[in-house]
Amino acid sequence: MVQAVDQQWAIATVGLTKSFGSHNAVDAIDLRVPRGSIFGFLGPNGSGKTTTIRMLMGLANISAGDVKLLGYSVPEEIGKALPKVGALVEGPAFYPYISGRDNLIRFDAADRYADPATRSDRVDAALAKVGLTQAQDKKVHAYSLGMKQRLGIANALLQPRELLVLDEPTNGLDPQGTREVRNLIRLLAAEGITIFISSHLLVEIEQICTHLAVMSQGKIVAQGSVEELSQAEILNLHLVTGQPDLAIEGLKSLGINATADGEKVFATVAAGQVEAERVVTVLVELGVGIKAFSLAAPTLEERFVGLTGEGFDVAR
Amino acid sequence: MLRAKSMRGSLMYSELSVLFRRRRTWAMLFTVALIPICLAFAVLASGSTIPPGEGPPFLDRVSQNGLFVGFTAMIMAIPLFLPLTIGVVAGDTIAGEANTGTLRYLLIAPVNRARLLVVKFFGAAAFCLAATFTLMITGIIIGAILFPVGPVTLLSGDVVSIPAALLRIFLVAIYVTISLLGLSAIGLFISTLTVIPVGAMAATVVFSTVTQILGALPQISVIHPYLISYYWLGFADILRNPMDLGSMLSNTLLQLAYIAIFGSLAYSRFTTKDVLS
Repeated sequence: MVQAVDQQWAIATVGLTKSFGSHNAVDAIDLRVPRGSIFGFLGPNGSGKTTTIRMLMGLANISAGDVKLLGYSVPEEIGKALPKVGALVEGPAFYPYISGRDNLIRFDAADRYADPATRSDRVDAALAKVGLTQAQDKKVHAYSLGMKQRLGIANALLQPRELLVLDEPTNGLDPQGTREVRNLIRLLAAEGITIFISSHLLVEIEQICTHLAVMSQGKIVAQGSVEELSQAEILNLHLVTGQPDLAIEGLKSLGINATADGEKVFATVAAGQVEAERVVTVLVELGVGIKAFSLAAPTLEERFVGLTGEGFDVAR
Repeated sequence: MLRAKSMRGSLMYSELSVLFRRRRTWAMLFTVALIPICLAFAVLASGSTIPPGEGPPFLDRVSQNGLFVGFTAMIMAIPLFLPLTIGVVAGDTIAGEANTGTLRYLLIAPVNRARLLVVKFFGAAAFCLAATFTLMITGIIIGAILFPVGPVTLLSGDVVSIPAALLRIFLVAIYVTISLLGLSAIGLFISTLTVIPVGAMAATVVFSTVTQILGALPQISVIHPYLISYYWLGFADILRNPMDLGSMLSNTLLQLAYIAIFGSLAYSRFTTKDVLS
């Protein structure tokens, strides 16, 4: 039974903490990544995402808490989990003086579970998946950042994996490259691989994620499926009008406190408090000319900024 | 055939292939080869009038017998140049991987940290072997080209044939390789302490230099037998008849002790270390 619960999650942490001196870079987080999900791990730079990933991968020691990776305890059983995990951690890193292909061969040789007999074929397949077949024999110091990023993803795909951990996989990619990576992630997810993808840019991953966690200053401030997180309790009211003062008066009669900025009027409204049609009717009857009006749930982007406080700025 | 195939697929093979495909490794071996070449040409240019006892040991014999080029060059290279190259390779082992970030990808491949340390140590040891043999073989070749080659008069006065002399040259190269293994372990340990490879390289070379300075102070002769460099120049016993392998044995034991101590330190440090680069 315990095993079954463990198997439900690709990654499950309880109270995971990383302290550097008295400062907690990661502060007692309970991360739950369901198997088969595309899990977006969001947060501003410096919020503790990469430190969390380093602990998950057994690179950094855990200060407190428990980690289960594919059901295996970390760090005790990390050697059993890692062959099933492909990862890109804090950007790609390679030996600049050997070719892209030889780099992959080197990392595959480091995996003692990898079969040397199929190595060459697996390297070819991984290079083809990321579109680097043409450039495979170039030395890596001649690669652009985008090519290194793809080679890093190819390295994560050398074996059939159950989990892919991708830390900022679209860093340094042009819009075309970003689209390609997104498509690749969709394809891999369709094969049933769990994808854990971290980013400080929500827009880059919100279209593909099924689940999200938002991190801020070492803590998880929101976590769940995208539908759960999109269910809003607070709606945003936006109005553009030539008579903002009159509009504010009219909104007050409906129990809405609004503020104006030039022609624009803003307010937040509890979900279900009032219907959009009624607001417009009241305002029109008052003689308020309406140039634009919307009453809608905040976008994930707006909620993300609200949750982390700093938006995209570096925390601390 | 199967064995060969599994060797080709191993991390050890991969380590050696990465090390020996690096231009820096070849540049260092090339420079090592220059030592006997420069020495031979310098002796040739100065004529054959070097009085015995002047300059490095054996220097006076070089012009009479080209086989001595390797011995003389070895004695010149042991105190500084060979430790320098070993410091570069051993200091780079872990710190170099940490610096480029490839360490994290090796560890999540996954490779066990203890296994990686062992592979890195043997990689550095392979370089020691390559460096000493590069020096000796270049010495034999340049000596044979520039000077007469014949039976070798040993330190004990006996004369041995050319094949017997080549065997002794081979043993001296092995002796020097063993001498450098302790320093390789020290470099490996220092390399686990930092992510700046140049720092680890410099610290390793400083260690070797300080050791030799201590070894030159007669006031502290009581600790001399425990210094890593104590037997470095002790291969003269191999050049006597009958051959005395006593210093070879003592040297091996001393180096093994250093490998055990610094290998354990490297292990305890590296297996508990946060890899944050």
